[in-house]
Amino acid sequence: MAFGKAQKFYAETLANIKNDGLLKEERFIHSSQAADIKVEYPEGDAPQNAINMCANNYLGLSSHPDVVAAAHAGLDRRGYGMSSVRSICGTQDIHRELEEKLSKFLGMEKTILFSSCMDANAAVFDSLLDNQDAIIADKLIHASLIDGIRLCKAERLIYDHSDMAVLEERLKASQKKRFRMIVTDGVFSMDGDLAKLDEICNLAEKYDAMVLVDDSHATGFTGKTGRGTHEHFGVMGRVDIITTTLGKALGGASGGCISASAEIVDLLRQRARTYVFSNSLPPVIVSAANKVMDIIASTTERHDKLEELTTYFRKEMTAAGFDVVPGFHPIVPIMLYNAKLSQDIARDLFYEGVYVIGFFYPVVPKGQARIRTQISAAHSMDHIKKAIAAFTKVGEKYKILGKTKTEVIDMYGE
Amino acid sequence: MSDIKNAILDYIKNEYLEEEDEDDIDFDTPLISGGIVDSFSMVSLKVFLEVTYKIQLPDSKATPEAFDSVNNIYELLNEFNVQ
Amino acid sequence: MAFQDNIRDIFKKELNGIRDDGIFKAERIICAPQSSEIEVEFPAGSGKKNVINMCANNYLGLSSHPDVIKAAHQGLDHRGYGMSSVRFICGTQDIHKELEGKLTKFLGTEDTILFPSCMDANAGVFEAILSDEDIMIADRLVHASIVDGMRLCKAQRDTYKHSNMVHLEEKLKLHQKARLKVIITDGSFSMDGDLAKLDKIVELAEKYGAMVFLDDSHASGFIGKTGRGTQEYCDVVGKIDIITTTLGKALGGASGGCVSGRKEIVELCRQKARPYLFSNTIPPVVVSGAIKVLDIISKTTERRDKLEKNTIFWRKSLTEAGFIIKDGETPIVPVMLFNAKLSQDIAKDLYDDGIYAVGFFFPVVPKGQARIRTQLSAAHDIFHLEKALDAFVKAGKKYDILGKSKKEIIERYGD
Repeated sequence: MAFGKAQKFYAETLANIKNDGLLKEERFIHSSQAADIKVEYPEGDAPQNAINMCANNYLGLSSHPDVVAAAHAGLDRRGYGMSSVRSICGTQDIHRELEEKLSKFLGMEKTILFSSCMDANAAVFDSLLDNQDAIIADKLIHASLIDGIRLCKAERLIYDHSDMAVLEERLKASQKKRFRMIVTDGVFSMDGDLAKLDEICNLAEKYDAMVLVDDSHATGFTGKTGRGTHEHFGVMGRVDIITTTLGKALGGASGGCISASAEIVDLLRQRARTYVFSNSLPPVIVSAANKVMDIIASTTERHDKLEELTTYFRKEMTAAGFDVVPGFHPIVPIMLYNAKLSQDIARDLFYEGVYVIGFFYPVVPKGQARIRTQISAAHSMDHIKKAIAAFTKVGEKYKILGKTKTEVIDMYGE
Repeated sequence: MSDIKNAILDYIKNEYLEEEDEDDIDFDTPLISGGIVDSFSMVSLKVFLEVTYKIQLPDSKATPEAFDSVNNIYELLNEFNVQ
Repeated sequence: MAFQDNIRDIFKKELNGIRDDGIFKAERIICAPQSSEIEVEFPAGSGKKNVINMCANNYLGLSSHPDVIKAAHQGLDHRGYGMSSVRFICGTQDIHKELEGKLTKFLGTEDTILFPSCMDANAGVFEAILSDEDIMIADRLVHASIVDGMRLCKAQRDTYKHSNMVHLEEKLKLHQKARLKVIITDGSFSMDGDLAKLDKIVELAEKYGAMVFLDDSHASGFIGKTGRGTQEYCDVVGKIDIITTTLGKALGGASGGCVSGRKEIVELCRQKARPYLFSNTIPPVVVSGAIKVLDIISKTTERRDKLEKNTIFWRKSLTEAGFIIKDGETPIVPVMLFNAKLSQDIAKDLYDDGIYAVGFFFPVVPKGQARIRTQLSAAHDIFHLEKALDAFVKAGKKYDILGKSKKEIIERYGD
């Protein structure tokens, strides 16, 4: 070790991040994940109660009593950790059970669990494709898909976000490849918009390409019975590979998976580096996830409540004069355009007891700063009304209600 | 030509082999597919070629196939006008 | 969807190729918590069988320890099951900060950042702190996850012969001009169970102005007098700049990993490491169990002492019985068989006799170096090891390898 020179260099790098206003600060939560949480912010302050509007806890299952009870029971029956990878001594009966439940729920042949959907995305391309193949990806896919694609030798082609004409051009241009794979998010996490999966599947069939969908922000609550984006567009059985997460709507602890045809899943078990070299999903997590699958497969109650709250919140926020990105997804971005404004409003909302995060460049494009709210079935109508009231109060303070994009930018800059 | 090949062969012997095995390889011995050099430690060879012959080998050229024997490596160097 | 028969056939053919090469990984279904004795269904669909587990990374026997389970129960009640968020949005709880603090104290470093796994820590750390003006110099036998992490990073790469300090010094000289230099090594190498020469590595690092990166996944909690890891064993605590390790082996075995070390490096990882920024926080139920694990191992060396006793007994017994084992002191004890098929045959016989151990062969280990890797645990009692020894001796006699040299075994079975 000789850290002196490196230390100086790293200290400067950190100072630059801070000066650019890009330093990420963590807020400490002194409670379980829920609609109401206790937040310590800034660090050292007494924890304050707030309505949480920024979790991916879409179905409100992260601390649901039935899920927690299943975790308790699982701890007693199958223990805490496995201290092993799957192929050595890390596979339990409950892992197989969860993989089967996921296959059934998603309407796919087989499923393989990963430590996270990030790990699933990291391995899927390199395990299945090589330099004879091409990947054709939507421009706005999630960072973890981009990382996975970087690790793979296949040719990479990009199409403009949800632009089917450009996608078709790319398919035509890559006719000579052995396999082509179209890659898209089901729901795009920053805007909450859906991929046009029906048109994508049509093009895939026309040009003999496979379709991979990352449905992390959809599984459990998009589509009439919550199967995901493929159900919403009526293309169940026409998507070749679905990657998704247990870390958002489905209990929110950890874990991800790939669901696909038997051959693909079997091959991933042999080859996917993040599967072969990483610990098995802990039994306590698997036990609870099995319960989550039972809940969402047996009733759409939570999905229906989420839809009702989302519809109400979108309607009332728009009526209050906010610039809401239209749609019907529980990701509801409130557009503010200016980075500093998004930070100021998020801070003021926190003092009003509503916890949200302002996002700005480089997470979203320049001049597209926003507060991304996320609705949960854990919210009651009362929480939603309180949140709208707080937003309205802060919106009045900054005089942005009813203002157009141009007017907001004129007042605050881009 | 054989100077370059011999230099590469010497490097491989020193870098990857134990003394008792050093006589067992020649210009055609498969290095990567033969298990002498794995794809990870191959980077040492790449660094050696770049430093010794003052070239930049892009990752797309430094493939396991191109590095699989001294003869293959020599052909690769020819592409970069090392002779 | 265009998963036509032609595509299906290509993938089927690849799978058959893996089967023909004899490297198909078949999973055994365990119908019990992780422990020294487990109930296994193998092949899938067959009846269940009780076996002694000799292949888990459950070194300290904490994976299903009652105190850890109890702490997980309490954690579930106090802080819930999942967080449905990444760390910097709404996924950081007081207990995450507490666990990071306890790891920092235990490892004797300046600061610690949690990752979903040590694989993620290794995948993210290099890219976060190095760029193309820098050089990474790695031991040739570092874990695959480090290899992946190095590939994702733009810094220059080089390697040195396994634990060869002369070669490392040559490489440090060769790359003297690079801006930042990092020497990269595992603490305990997982296939051979040998330890890195960390004292020498630190000496060279100081001489040539390099940083030291250490993955101590197969050491944290049980190597060194108080279990602080390879750095304690080599007496260089506080001198390693970057330590990555896992909660997924000795430390409870559920999930999670970390980067621990210089505070500037940890802070940069929080700002830039992609697996940290884009992956879920470690679930509160897992964090709660892990905090208990750290409390246990910080308070008493009882479990690592028992593990050490088991390891000494096992290494001595196997050697006396006439097996060739890799020398060393770690609870990873490879029984050398050299021939791939022999390693599979013996593993199968052992399993029939109620001992679960795995045979490893090329490409996981070098060609002609096939072995059965046994791993000890503080969850083992001496009678488990005696029973395992009986089974090993029985198999050793059957294949007539006891007391035979490497050459004799290879002559008989091939390499």
